Amino acid sequence: MAHAEVEPPQEQPPADKGAVPEGGAALVPPEIMAQTLPEYVRGLWLRLKSGESGMLPVILALIVIVIVFQTANSKFLTAGNVINLFQQSAVFIMLGMAEVFVLLLGEIDLSIGYVGAVGGVIAVQLVQPVTTNWPWWAAIIVALIAVSLVGGAQGSFVTRLRLPSFVVTLAGLLIFNGVLLIVLAYGPFSGYPSLTGRGRNLRILYDLMWGHVTPLVGWVSMIAIVAVAGSMMFLRDERRRRSGLVAPPLSLTLIKIGFMAAIGVVLVIVCNLNRANIGTLKGVPWFVYILLGVLAAWTFLLSRMRYGRYVYAIGGSAEAARRAGINVTMVRTWAFVLCSLTAGIGGLLYASWLGGMSNNVNGGQLVLYAVAAAVIGGTSLFGGRGKASHAVLGGLVIGAINNGMYLQNIHVEWQFIVTGIVLLVAVIIDAVSRRGATSGSVTRV
Amino acid sequence: MSESFQDSALLEVRGLYKSFGPVQALTDVDLDVPSGYVTALCGDNGAGKSVLIKCISGIYAPDRGEFHWEGRPVHIRSAHDSAALGIETVYQDLALSDNLDIVQNMFLGRERLRRRVLDENSMEKAAAETLASLRVTTVRSIRQPVGSLSGGQRQSVAVAKAVMWNSRLVIMDEPTAALGVTQTAMVLDLIRNLRDRGLAVMVVSHNLNDVFAVADRIAVLHLGRMAVQDSAANFDRQSVVEYMTTGGLGITSERPASSNGEVQNGAR
Repeated sequence: MAHAEVEPPQEQPPADKGAVPEGGAALVPPEIMAQTLPEYVRGLWLRLKSGESGMLPVILALIVIVIVFQTANSKFLTAGNVINLFQQSAVFIMLGMAEVFVLLLGEIDLSIGYVGAVGGVIAVQLVQPVTTNWPWWAAIIVALIAVSLVGGAQGSFVTRLRLPSFVVTLAGLLIFNGVLLIVLAYGPFSGYPSLTGRGRNLRILYDLMWGHVTPLVGWVSMIAIVAVAGSMMFLRDERRRRSGLVAPPLSLTLIKIGFMAAIGVVLVIVCNLNRANIGTLKGVPWFVYILLGVLAAWTFLLSRMRYGRYVYAIGGSAEAARRAGINVTMVRTWAFVLCSLTAGIGGLLYASWLGGMSNNVNGGQLVLYAVAAAVIGGTSLFGGRGKASHAVLGGLVIGAINNGMYLQNIHVEWQFIVTGIVLLVAVIIDAVSRRGATSGSVTRV
Repeated sequence: MSESFQDSALLEVRGLYKSFGPVQALTDVDLDVPSGYVTALCGDNGAGKSVLIKCISGIYAPDRGEFHWEGRPVHIRSAHDSAALGIETVYQDLALSDNLDIVQNMFLGRERLRRRVLDENSMEKAAAETLASLRVTTVRSIRQPVGSLSGGQRQSVAVAKAVMWNSRLVIMDEPTAALGVTQTAMVLDLIRNLRDRGLAVMVVSHNLNDVFAVADRIAVLHLGRMAVQDSAANFDRQSVVEYMTTGGLGITSERPASSNGEVQNGAR
């Protein structure tokens, strides 16, 4: 049967449909098959029916959460509260993006809450004018190098000594909780360093979370970002068409760019509303750009560069990757480095948000929210499936739940319970969709 | 016939030893794998078939022994070394990443880059061409994840991945073990297709139907030693089974001259 017809693989459907396993169509991402918009919608529907839903459930969940809290309290969607919600989510998102690297490998890093906090406290101490008074950029670089070394050390324990990452990073969670306290007490600046004093270096670290650009810059940058991203999508499709490969329909690309522009416009409008109780405070906050920058960088690394391809390959089958000649140990170790590095950026945001550093950091809870953000967004705990953007959606869900319940004066214990339930649902979706894929592979001939 | 390909054997294995702790897996194994022929490697469970192919493909480092490639002595210390020579191995588990698509799997470890970025278009075209040239593809899209393919399709992808690299020797470990009748026929055709391209093909198989269907040469391992290797025409089912189970000691009646002695001489 296989030899009756030779079908060039880019043409479809194949002559021999008998060879395609049941449900096979549903596992194919619609954008790689569809040449027209109706075909795409049909493919998407097939995937949804088979449980391969991508990001749609979490987007729907986010919409439901927003509607519920807005109905309960009309303050929820005010400019001030939305920015506040973004701020609360930013740390979860950044730590979630960190966690994606190790989750993709089927590993976990429980230490990043405290490791990130150590990075934060290093930077905050180094810029203190009364002691070291380092320039802000040098302090940030040193902090990020320090946390990267931590990631490299933990990664080496996991990969070279073949210890379970769960245990190594659980030890890391305790160790760096201690290190945080030691640095606070015996670092160059003893005590609780604050970012609220005078001085340019303090100010810049403080502004990571609290600074913002002018409304005009917000608009210009949004248009520039959408234009660059949109033209990159166009050029990519165009190159595929010129190479004679299947490219997504133009209408679909236009719809995607339209969505992107719409989100950008709404974001800038909300940020440009006056959110101060007294006086004026408007403009897109810096941290939005920081998040977008890290998101773009890690998305590019994971989807367009060789290193990212190896991360997915190892997450899918470490043995296959090893036999393909990939240096699995190196790739895995670097994933821990990148995880800790990103967590360090998250720690900087956290320190900036608090306006300084104290011993009152709950790194254990932060890391659980980070894992939850990645998993709620759609990253698999079992490795091989995930994206940096998942952490953005998941972080927003967690931020929205915390923020909305806080507005409702619902006690913190209920925030924990609701967030836990959301995480549980996300893991169930992950496991069920995974089982669906596996049973599909078992039934294949 | 025996002589002609003995002289031009692409890969010659000489005096290979491999032990795992106290277990002696391979003892003084000689093997010739000529181009343009299908060499079947047979043996009972634990005879050392897998260890032998893993030594050839650089997964295991042998304790002692030599490899000659086109007559020249070579060292195979890693999967990289064997790949550099043109040896590709398709393992029984196929070593595919289910979450990656067909193109990504076929280029895994050897991605094409353009300005340090993955050159997806060029890889996709090359993968499509290879699949088409092997006349094996019934897949809907080569951008679909390998996890969504049927067993025969997965085997085809694994073979296509192996031949893509101008490989000279393709080793297949139990290629038909998990397949039904139709899919088996498809894979056997694929094996003949490779041989007709002038590649050296080595098939590890339990299934004597498949062995006699495609093999030009048969080599039998018994308890880590090479019991016999010779042209397939000099074997019948009965004798292969006897070599597999007894190492050839019990064979006295029909083929008195074709046991170890003659073959070893032919290999020199």
